[in-house]
Amino acid sequence: MPATLEREKELIARIIAGETNLFHELIRPYERMVYLSILTMVRNQQEAEDAAQEVMINAFRHLKSFRGDAKFSTWLVTIAMNEGRQRLRKAKAVHLESLDESKEDREGDFTPAVLTDWREIPSEALEKKEMRQKLREAVEQLPPIYREVLVLRDLEELNQEETASALGINITLVKVRLHRARMMLQKMLAPYLSAAAPARKGFFGRMFQ
Amino acid sequence: MTRECKNVWEHISEYLDQQLDPKLLMDIEKHLENCEVCSAILDSTRNILVLTADDRTYELPVGYSERLHARLEKVIRETAKPRNDSA
Repeated sequence: MPATLEREKELIARIIAGETNLFHELIRPYERMVYLSILTMVRNQQEAEDAAQEVMINAFRHLKSFRGDAKFSTWLVTIAMNEGRQRLRKAKAVHLESLDESKEDREGDFTPAVLTDWREIPSEALEKKEMRQKLREAVEQLPPIYREVLVLRDLEELNQEETASALGINITLVKVRLHRARMMLQKMLAPYLSAAAPARKGFFGRMFQ
Repeated sequence: MTRECKNVWEHISEYLDQQLDPKLLMDIEKHLENCEVCSAILDSTRNILVLTADDRTYELPVGYSERLHARLEKVIRETAKPRNDSA
């Protein structure tokens, strides 16, 4: 778990004052977050790892410009998202993928997939490796503007304000895009997913202990 | 499937994030009690989110952390200000 905010503030001050070795400790809780933010954008492990290293190095070099009005984690994930977007843009010529905001209005309605035979699918499906693979593939297929919101909210579990701040968009847009992203995933994955898990019991994490 | 169903789908995300105002929440819960289609959609969406947040879905490459800190260490050393401890 991330260090407390107080501890983080202290670490940052000491690093800026010259105890640069403490940077290792500062970023340790966020290694995973930075890597995954980028991985879900660039979709290539090696590139994501390189990019994650770049992000951390950049964060180290520019730590002085961290103002402390946002959380350090939000600041860091902002750098990571920018790095991911930049690399995605470079690859765009190949993938013909659009980061355009204008696409938003043309997406139309997002209706979920109706599961007619959902009772027949065993809940163990969720525990299967293949299911995780399917989910990763589905996330990859989301248009970037939806994917980045989903990754920050549902994978990194940032709150709405942090997500908005990291992506430079407003909270309403975070909500709209998150809803669409989730519905798109539901549609793509419904054939593999059961609703047989205990209904309305727990939420994130609690069902998998 | 009814018009009401469609209205419920539009709020699934907010429902899962517990952001609905009490009146709407009550309406939706009432609907969910009687509508298997919407309950299934809600549960499948929730399952997807549980799976998304599950650490096993995305795993770090083996040795990622070690390589990261090794590279950082190099950068940190290079940029460290020369100190006056000439001892």
